[in-house]
Amino acid sequence: MSFLLLVPIVAPLAAAALALVLGWRRLTSSVTVLAALSILVSAAALGFNRGSGVRFAIANLFRADALSITMLIIIGTVGTLATWASIGYIDAELTHGHTDRKGANLYGVLVPIFLAAMASAVLANNIGVMWVAIEATTVATAFLVGHRRTRAALEATWKYVVICSVGIALAFLGTVLLYFASLHAGASSGDALNIDILLAHASQLDPAVTRLAAGLLLLGYGAKAGLVPFHTWLADAHSQAPAPVSALMSGVLLSVAFYALLRVKSVVDLAVGTGFLRIGLIIVGLLTLLIAASLLVVQTDFKRMLAYSSMENMGLVAVAAAAGTKLAIAALLLHVLAHGIAKTLVFLGSGQLQAARDSTRISDVTGVLARSRMIGITFLVGLAILLGLPPFAMFASELSISRALAAAGLGWVLGAALLFVVIAFAALVRNGSRMLLSPPDAGSAAIAVPRSVAAALVTGVILSLVLGLTAGPLLELFQTAATLLGGTQ
Amino acid sequence: MTQATYNGVLNLAAGAFLLAAVLIVWRRELRAIVVLLAWQGIALAAIPVTEGIYQDDAALITVGVVVLLLRAVALPLLLIRAVGTEPQERRESTPLVNTTASLMITAALTVLAYAVTRPIIALDPSPATRAVPAAFAVILIAVFVMVSRRHAVSQAVGFMMLDNGIAATAFLITAGVPLIVELGASLDVMFAVLVLGLLTGHMRRTFGGTDLDQLRELRG
Repeated sequence: MSFLLLVPIVAPLAAAALALVLGWRRLTSSVTVLAALSILVSAAALGFNRGSGVRFAIANLFRADALSITMLIIIGTVGTLATWASIGYIDAELTHGHTDRKGANLYGVLVPIFLAAMASAVLANNIGVMWVAIEATTVATAFLVGHRRTRAALEATWKYVVICSVGIALAFLGTVLLYFASLHAGASSGDALNIDILLAHASQLDPAVTRLAAGLLLLGYGAKAGLVPFHTWLADAHSQAPAPVSALMSGVLLSVAFYALLRVKSVVDLAVGTGFLRIGLIIVGLLTLLIAASLLVVQTDFKRMLAYSSMENMGLVAVAAAAGTKLAIAALLLHVLAHGIAKTLVFLGSGQLQAARDSTRISDVTGVLARSRMIGITFLVGLAILLGLPPFAMFASELSISRALAAAGLGWVLGAALLFVVIAFAALVRNGSRMLLSPPDAGSAAIAVPRSVAAALVTGVILSLVLGLTAGPLLELFQTAATLLGGTQ
Repeated sequence: MTQATYNGVLNLAAGAFLLAAVLIVWRRELRAIVVLLAWQGIALAAIPVTEGIYQDDAALITVGVVVLLLRAVALPLLLIRAVGTEPQERRESTPLVNTTASLMITAALTVLAYAVTRPIIALDPSPATRAVPAAFAVILIAVFVMVSRRHAVSQAVGFMMLDNGIAATAFLITAGVPLIVELGASLDVMFAVLVLGLLTGHMRRTFGGTDLDQLRELRG
């Protein structure tokens, strides 16, 4: 069964190779959708046959446990929806002359490479290899952000590459220090960075060096997860990238970067106690929430608004991770999945709104519900999920995160976090209702919705409803993952 | 190689490594800082080669040669191409911090590096580990260069300096990370610098220059 671990990596790579040979066309873009779907299918198969817990492949280079499977489900779901919508989105971009044949071909190759890198990051057993995979996505997504080649797109790309590379370089320094500590704790040089070996030797790791490493890893992976202080790339990159790529970055890239933090945290907590990273995550999480909420209030650009909403959610997730209990981590994983699907809905919708008016200003968009039922309703559903309204899953996850924070004695953190969440809520409601419900301007262009985008949107809404009504077998998976990460209560 | 020679060569390499970083802070001429970066690459490569000879480890010497080719030859050449040919483009025209203040900050950062690395030396007080503060100082100086310089090429140099510092730390404290991680990391760095090089080209065509002060469209 160990081949199941390789499908999520090999399938997108094969799709990328095909796209490289044949260029952007219906066949290659459909194969990419199938490759993304195969990530989801193999995750489901791995989940059903979990057996004793952890499964290894290729000489312990890769591993799959409940947490990796959860992440594969997130990558597969968002990946499938985003690549499906890409078919119609890129064809429309080609028709309108926003991109050329060469740009479309590049897009067709880079998106599956991004998916393969993300899948390898969550399947890697060696945290050095995990780092390599996450850094590889910076390179793969650089030209996706700069897809439109305008001045603003170029500026966003430069900031993205420079800030993320510096951040992630700090994470590498942290990894090197952890390797050093692991060697001195008696691990052999070949596997000292393997997660299972690190967990086994965690109690012998030198506390002072581990703390230094943990601080660097928090800053480094925090940069990719959109956390303070290296968060400044996020809104620029999300607003300039093509809509499906914004969805992938928001739903997959941020989540996988945070996954890396969770993995590292499980080792660091055993070595130096839970207090150290708890303080770090609380500071970083609350500051991220503060900045995201303040910028949401003054936002005039709807794609940037959605980007800051992602930052807000990552801040909340960081605070949940600080609590670190089983309930908190299970809720956090549900939150990340629900957020990924919701952001796919709203970013895909925002892509069509941008195409209709060639602008991303909130004031340029009016009466969406009256102009296009498809975009209007799906955007509304996406916003409702992000606002944490029932019956959607983020209602349950936010409630559980609050309960977990209160139970962990972090009442003041909960209070501060809720304040920022309420501010963000108000800003999203105000801007969202303006865009969706206001009477359409005279002469507003019709909103075109390509077939594949519509299909992805409808599927996303159905998935959100199902996930909101019953998490089903996922709940047990999330709880197992939370136990793996040391969440006990 | 005797213990004394080993210590001497290692300290010389670490010293040259740090000196190159300080000189990069001092100089404003873009071509000059790229050349200094190449010299820093040579000092970096000397660390694994020295350790390899001392410990009779052929693999480590090979890694050192690869580091030399990549960081002292290939990447600096790439950056030299990005510097461009127009004379007004060859200097950092509007630095945010003047040279004297920059050098003072560099000195302060070096002291800070000694303080930060104390737990590392305490865990393993070997001659190689004792040189780690120099590598950490280069990391801090590189971050300073990246925030204080406003030219695309200077920022790329800062990024490569940061990576050199991290690589030096890895060679000094653990004689390098496992080969698969080393290979992957080097590839990633190479691609990142390639992307930065390509972006500089795009920027010159779109903005007519590579001064990052022109990047001011995206705010808030």
